[in-house]
Amino acid sequence: MAYQAAFLALADPTRRQVFEQLRHGPKPVGIIAAQMPVSRPAVSQHLGVLKKAGLVADRAEGTRRVYYIDPQGLASIRMWLDQFWEDALRAFKAELENEESNG
Amino acid sequence: MITIAPVRKQVTVAASQQRAFALFTTEMSRWWPATHSILKSPLKQYIVEPCVGGRWYAVAEDGSTGQTGYVIEWQPPQRLVLAWQLSGDWQFDPELVTEVEVRFIAESASSTRVELEHRNLQRMGEKAMQIRGMVDAPGGWTAILEHFKKCAAG
Repeated sequence: MAYQAAFLALADPTRRQVFEQLRHGPKPVGIIAAQMPVSRPAVSQHLGVLKKAGLVADRAEGTRRVYYIDPQGLASIRMWLDQFWEDALRAFKAELENEESNG
Repeated sequence: MITIAPVRKQVTVAASQQRAFALFTTEMSRWWPATHSILKSPLKQYIVEPCVGGRWYAVAEDGSTGQTGYVIEWQPPQRLVLAWQLSGDWQFDPELVTEVEVRFIAESASSTRVELEHRNLQRMGEKAMQIRGMVDAPGGWTAILEHFKKCAAG
C-alpha cells in the first residue's frame, strides 16, 4: 500500500534529512540545499521521491517552488481504513437484516 | 504536529439498540469481513471480551490467535470504545493505541443508527517515525528495508 511507499522513501538518511528540514515550515529547494552536504539537483531529486510517496507537496511562490510536508501524506492509511469500515458496517447491516428476514 | 482526520461512518439498521450492540460485540465473527483477518488461517472467531480492559482478538481455524486491541469503554447498549492496535502494516503493536468509538442510537424500537469513529490515526505515522529513528544503525532497519526493496524489485 501507499503507506509502504512513504516508509521506503524515508529509509534513505539523506532523504529523511530533507524531510526533517520541512518540519518547521515550507522551504524552497535552494534553502534546503544550503543546509545540506549534497547538491541542489540531488535535493530536488529527493524531494521528487518524497512527493511521489505522498509525504511532501509543493506550490509556486513567486518565481520559486516551495516544498512543505503534506498534511495528507499519512492519509493513505486513512483512505484504506475509510474503505475498510465502509465494508465492515455494510456487512454488519447485511447480517442483521438477514437475521431479521429469517427470524 | 501532523494530524489525520478521523474516519467517520454511520449506518442505520433495522434492529433494536440492544440487538445491534450485541451483534456488533459478542457476535462479531458473524459479520466481520473474512477478507480482513490478520491471521494466516481462516477466521473462526472474533472476540470482544465484554468488559473494560477485555481483549479484542481473533481465533483462526488452526487455533492461532491474533490480538487487535482491547476494550477502553464498555457501556451496553449505547456505546463502545475499542483500542485498535494494528499498525499500518497490520502488525499488532502493544504501544500503539488508536481508538474506535461506536455509538448505538435508538431511533425507534426497531431502528438503530450506528455511528463509528476511528481516531488518532496519526499515531500510526508517529510510531513508524520512531521506529525509523531507533534502528538507524547499519544492519538495522535500513538493511531490512534494503532487503525488502530487493525482494520487491526482484
